[in-house]
Amino acid sequence: MKMLINVPESVVADALRGIAAAHPELTVDVENRVVVRRDAPVADKVGLVSGGGSGHEPLHNGFVGRGMLDAACPGAVFTSPVPDQMTRAAAAVDSGKGVLFVVKNYTGDVLNFDMAAELAEDEGIQVGKVLVQDDVAVTDSEFTAGRRGTGATLFVEKVAGALADEGAPLERVEAIARQVADSSRSFGVALAPCTTPSKGSPTFDLPPGELELGIGIHGESGRERRPMMTSGEIADFALDAVLTDLEPDGPVLVLVNGMGATPLLELYGFCAEVRRVLDERRVPVARTLVGNYVTSLDMAGASVTLCRADEEILRLYDAPVNTPALRWGC
Amino acid sequence: MTDLTDELDAGTVFRWLTAAAASVEREADLLTELDSAIGDADHGSNLQRGFAAVVTALGKESPSAPGAVLILAGRQLVSSVGGASGPLYGTLLRRTGKALGDADRVTGSQLAEAMRIGVDAVAQLGGAALGDKTMLDALYPGVEALAAGGPHPYGAARTAADEGALATVPMRARKGRASYLGERSIGHKDPGATSSALLFTALAGAVADE
Repeated sequence: MKMLINVPESVVADALRGIAAAHPELTVDVENRVVVRRDAPVADKVGLVSGGGSGHEPLHNGFVGRGMLDAACPGAVFTSPVPDQMTRAAAAVDSGKGVLFVVKNYTGDVLNFDMAAELAEDEGIQVGKVLVQDDVAVTDSEFTAGRRGTGATLFVEKVAGALADEGAPLERVEAIARQVADSSRSFGVALAPCTTPSKGSPTFDLPPGELELGIGIHGESGRERRPMMTSGEIADFALDAVLTDLEPDGPVLVLVNGMGATPLLELYGFCAEVRRVLDERRVPVARTLVGNYVTSLDMAGASVTLCRADEEILRLYDAPVNTPALRWGC
Repeated sequence: MTDLTDELDAGTVFRWLTAAAASVEREADLLTELDSAIGDADHGSNLQRGFAAVVTALGKESPSAPGAVLILAGRQLVSSVGGASGPLYGTLLRRTGKALGDADRVTGSQLAEAMRIGVDAVAQLGGAALGDKTMLDALYPGVEALAAGGPHPYGAARTAADEGALATVPMRARKGRASYLGERSIGHKDPGATSSALLFTALAGAVADE
């Protein structure tokens, strides 16, 4: 397996050094693995902190900046960060108005953020938490660790970040984050598995003529495997799962997200099919975002996320944002 | 022959954790391979990083009480592993250490009792139970066998933990990343139960209960 790396052990640190080189507006602590906007803590503003395993870039480091996250904590590849990183980040961004942790629902992320919240509160930092759990591919949550957090993370961070930017108190920022999380659903498919640097070979076996339906973002397999389908058939299947669960009665935000190795040519083609299905189902589309935002290393495939958007969510979504991976309005 | 009335000191626990680190190092590829079947292919490298940090910390600062050694090691795991394994293994060692208190020497029975408290804390933190295809499926049988005593308590604990790990093969996962596979998790040995069994092998080696 050929990769553009030095050694597997240093991939995260090397990437952080690169982020520091490319983005002087961010403070990058390579040793402790914390990325913070340079002007933090921003006076009279709730701090937003997220984090998770590396390998999902630009999530989360690429979403640090005005109007979105104040800090991100990257873990090892596909492994949640440790509490020390999160408390360090919280301390760096707390202006006295408290900090919101945006947590994706994976056992490791939940446990480590819970520990970090306790530690930060011991240090006198007020902490709120929102759990992102949008993956409809996981149905029987009685018998699993619950729905995974995937593409909705972007919507949660964007909308809550905008409200924090307006100076809203922690309770309101936490409430809007929860509203967006609860209003979002996702479904993902893999066309080819991914390869982690430490393992050096594909993390699961997927024959060329087949696709995996209902994948998460860690190279873990989905729940069902089928012969390869067309882009249109995949859109029908994915949106059927999402819409059955979400039942939108008004406009939605749409994220057509690449898993890392699928070119934009294909993602835009898939986006056209997603739009066709939503038009057929008479679901009004308020905004559409297409690109590689919540990835899984070099996995080929895509996910689609819908979020029910009321007027406030739409206003906050449209608000200016200036981060390495998401930038508009400024 | 070692029995449960024999006393263990900080040196025994130090040897136990050093042996665990060596065995994690040796079996890292196997753990990652098992994890790639039903998880996300990082269990071996994560534990390797954590136990290396434990050995480094114990080399710098070596507490004189068995409980304190375990607490220090547990804190290192939480601070260096990440994922679910960091908090879960960290909690196992920290809570076991806390239950031992600050005695300079403890009996095997006291260790078994403390480990049971540690394992219960892991179950509570992870919200998992026996039979969910997790590390608990090796930890509980191991601790029970140790507490039961007998002529070779530590060897019996090792065997019970190994058998417990093997028994996860036909189980359907209900917790952790493997749970998303549903029926497809059946037929694979759980990586967490496999690494937990290594802890008992290391313990048996450290007290020379062969």
